Amino acid sequence: MDDRRLETIIGRLLQVGVLLAAAVVTFGALAYLVQHHADRVDYRHFVSGGPGICAFPGIVSSAAHFESLGIIQFGLLILIATPVARVGLALAGFALERDRLYTVVSVIVLLILLASLMHAT
Amino acid sequence: MTALEFTVVVWALSALAGFLGALTGLGGGVVVVPALTLALGVDMKYAIGASLVSVIATSSGAAAAYVREGFSNIRIGMFLEIATTIGAVLGAFLASRFSTHALAIVFGLILLQAAYLSFKGTPESAERVASDALAARLRLGGTYPVAGSPQTYGVRNVPAGFAMMFGAGALSGLLGIGSGAVKVIAMDRVMRIPFKVSTTTSNFMIGVTAAASAGLYLKHGYIDPRVAMPVMLGVLGGALVGAKLLVHMRVKTLRMVFGAVILALAIEMIVNGITGKV
Repeated sequence: MDDRRLETIIGRLLQVGVLLAAAVVTFGALAYLVQHHADRVDYRHFVSGGPGICAFPGIVSSAAHFESLGIIQFGLLILIATPVARVGLALAGFALERDRLYTVVSVIVLLILLASLMHAT
Repeated sequence: MTALEFTVVVWALSALAGFLGALTGLGGGVVVVPALTLALGVDMKYAIGASLVSVIATSSGAAAAYVREGFSNIRIGMFLEIATTIGAVLGAFLASRFSTHALAIVFGLILLQAAYLSFKGTPESAERVASDALAARLRLGGTYPVAGSPQTYGVRNVPAGFAMMFGAGALSGLLGIGSGAVKVIAMDRVMRIPFKVSTTTSNFMIGVTAAASAGLYLKHGYIDPRVAMPVMLGVLGGALVGAKLLVHMRVKTLRMVFGAVILALAIEMIVNGITGKV
């Protein structure tokens, strides 16, 4: 497998991931607007939201209970996962090519991403 | 404002920003954040959270199209992502320490630079070079299509480029933008990578960089679903339409108009940041 073929596969998968994320977010958005369209909203002053939107376990359980904001946030998590998946797939590709240097480089990037995402667990 | 009105207005603004961002190559984030803060009075922290999400959407959404053209270099991208992701984590950490006013002023300065780039255009750096010793050891060079046939290119100044990428990542994490312009300058000007390779590789890197800030953004609550939802859907839609039209349009006049808009936004952001209105 050469770099080009690897990238083509990765590119396609990313596109599918983005479309899936957009579909989930749209579904959550419709549910949210049906329930809350007439609510007054004001975002002038930042107030950090609860665990239902700030951490993975809360988001997943909120989405599983079909709460509209949880569904939107779950869609956004799918989206955030797409570049992480890209690094993971590139890592697999480099490993298959037995390219030791770039396998290590990909592992470093993946570890930084995962360490950063750990903050939201 | 009701939730429905807010969603529709933000979606429309974001679609326009994504459309113009794709046509001019500056990305949607640089317009979305000032549009939300200045026009709708949204707190910067919600705005940069929503923008960060839209940056990932456009980067991943456009990846397949860029790969098809055969310009992007996955090794250069992956290697430099070590710098951008570490920078992004630092930037996202700093974002929670900065006051909203300070963020607005830094954002304004970045907008000034973006406006300058749109007025000036980005001339391609001329001749190709051979890789220097470090770049050769890292096997960063590659080939790209010129008039149908592959031409080889080399890479230079890896440490300087790497350092600049760290800065690009920090700005991305601090302001929720893709900072594609800085990435392209680092690759094209500093590392002497062909312009087309730089822009497409930068697009690939933007999503990974942004994902590195996403954990901290989520934790601090910057990514609010009610704000991020219309921004993500709008920017993504606008960017996809813009990318389709890009081939058929003359963008020079558009760049000038866009540059003027960004300049106005830059001044307003800085003034509002100083007077404490944002």
